[in-house]
Amino acid sequence: MDRVDLLEIIAPGILASVQDTGRRGYGPIGVAPSGAADGYACRLGNLLVGNLEDAAVVEITLMGFEARFRYEAVVALTGADLGAGLNGDPLPMWTAVKVAPGDILSFQTPVCGCRAYLAVGGGFSVPAVMGSRSTNTGAAFGGHDGRALRAGDILAGRRPEAHRHCAGRAIPAALQPVYTTAWTLRVIPGPQADQFTPASHARFYEAVYAVSEKSDRTGVRLEGPVLDKRPEAPDSILSEGIISGAIQVPGDGQPIILLNETVTGGYRKIAAVIAADLPLLGQLAPGDTVRFQETNISEAVALLRQVEAAVDWVRARYAD
Amino acid sequence: MPPVIRHLGDRGLLVELGTGIDPAVNRRVQQLQRRLARENPIGVVETVPAYSSLLVIYDPLQAAPELLKRRITALCRFDAAPPPENHEVHAIPVVYGGEDGPDLETVAAFHGLTGEDVIRLHSGRVYRVYMIGFTPGYPYMGELPEALDTPRRDTPRTRIPKGSVAIAQRQTGIYPVVSPGGWQIIGRTPVELFDARREAPSLLAMGHQVRFIPVSAEEADQWTG
Repeated sequence: MDRVDLLEIIAPGILASVQDTGRRGYGPIGVAPSGAADGYACRLGNLLVGNLEDAAVVEITLMGFEARFRYEAVVALTGADLGAGLNGDPLPMWTAVKVAPGDILSFQTPVCGCRAYLAVGGGFSVPAVMGSRSTNTGAAFGGHDGRALRAGDILAGRRPEAHRHCAGRAIPAALQPVYTTAWTLRVIPGPQADQFTPASHARFYEAVYAVSEKSDRTGVRLEGPVLDKRPEAPDSILSEGIISGAIQVPGDGQPIILLNETVTGGYRKIAAVIAADLPLLGQLAPGDTVRFQETNISEAVALLRQVEAAVDWVRARYAD
Repeated sequence: MPPVIRHLGDRGLLVELGTGIDPAVNRRVQQLQRRLARENPIGVVETVPAYSSLLVIYDPLQAAPELLKRRITALCRFDAAPPPENHEVHAIPVVYGGEDGPDLETVAAFHGLTGEDVIRLHSGRVYRVYMIGFTPGYPYMGELPEALDTPRRDTPRTRIPKGSVAIAQRQTGIYPVVSPGGWQIIGRTPVELFDARREAPSLLAMGHQVRFIPVSAEEADQWTG
């Protein structure tokens, strides 16, 4: 058998779940993409250990995660610097590392960012449901038994032979994202931007918003200046399709940046984060600050090309 | 009339084919979705139909939005009458009131009706599924009789049981999975609306027709569909 018991969860911490690059094509039946909140970190982690970019990884949130390897493997930890250690020694990030049975992955104190990704050579073996291994916790399917990971869960993987040669690979510093606690997100005005007052527009682009404790994988909730609709605008809009990065404003005037767990919504969108900045949304931690900067589509596409060029470089560099 | 197409970031085009909850507009949305699926333009990743709009999600590295907009506009030339629809009517058994429908009496009192009146009005017509959204398999259906037009609850519930049948304004819906929600819960159905393991995970789809059948709790327990 090719499958082996690979990782035993000792403690899931705040939230840990199996994710990949998401589930596509089921929007018409209300199924959101799910997937890694930071898709860039997930993809690069997989490339480091010799996987396709969309292999299943474990998404780890902020603090408290601890797990024991039960088999030899090549792993890479990408995304947020949460103070990772292997058997108590600092574990290099963005680097493929060989681990042995009994090795323990744990985290000390978060340094910056919100979510780290554990990729393993061969990928975590959970069944694909509707074309993806991502966990849809709301509807309880996908990932590991359709739920977040718990203490005692054991994730299976592949035998490591085909991935041993990946150990030592690293992402060059220039291609590693720069995480901060004071973020600037680039946005394009949303489909209902004209339904907000001019003063609200000014506030939205000038203000510094704080990331709320209530943020989760559904959305980044912000606290700051209230955004008002124009008096003549309707109280609500009819539900319509939504994408991650859409910034909706409910009745209390506090913006919410949607992540990958929503497919339709009935709130006005003042703006939407550009595709190049979407991976950052997964790294906004409670207490961080956010500013919004308006851009246009041609600039957004140029920025996305840079992101994809980085992934292309890594893919070409480590093509087997 | 050409559609209104708005940008949703750098990878979404929101195509508005009308306003309001209108079966004719909703059928146009469905028609446009089918036409786009047939043409399958390069770079279109997914489409999400709703009451009066179609969200076209695209890869901006593969499709230029201005060209895509022109292509979509060209696909929006509709004949006078939308094509006929011939969907079977799904019969959905509902246990109304009591623990299964905790808001039934509130809704009745709000309109000066009895619980029986609400049941009769709600189960007395065939509804169109306008869209699926919110959670996997959640049908937005309409239109509810005007006599049942009820606002959402002031405080949404944090945990609504699976199968709950609910109303809000002129819409009715069914919660296929446990979720939070603000609609008025008037009953419960034993029917599985969503199962990721089924070949067609969602029982209902846009354009389907639904009729609610009042049943007792015992009948619901024995329901096999």
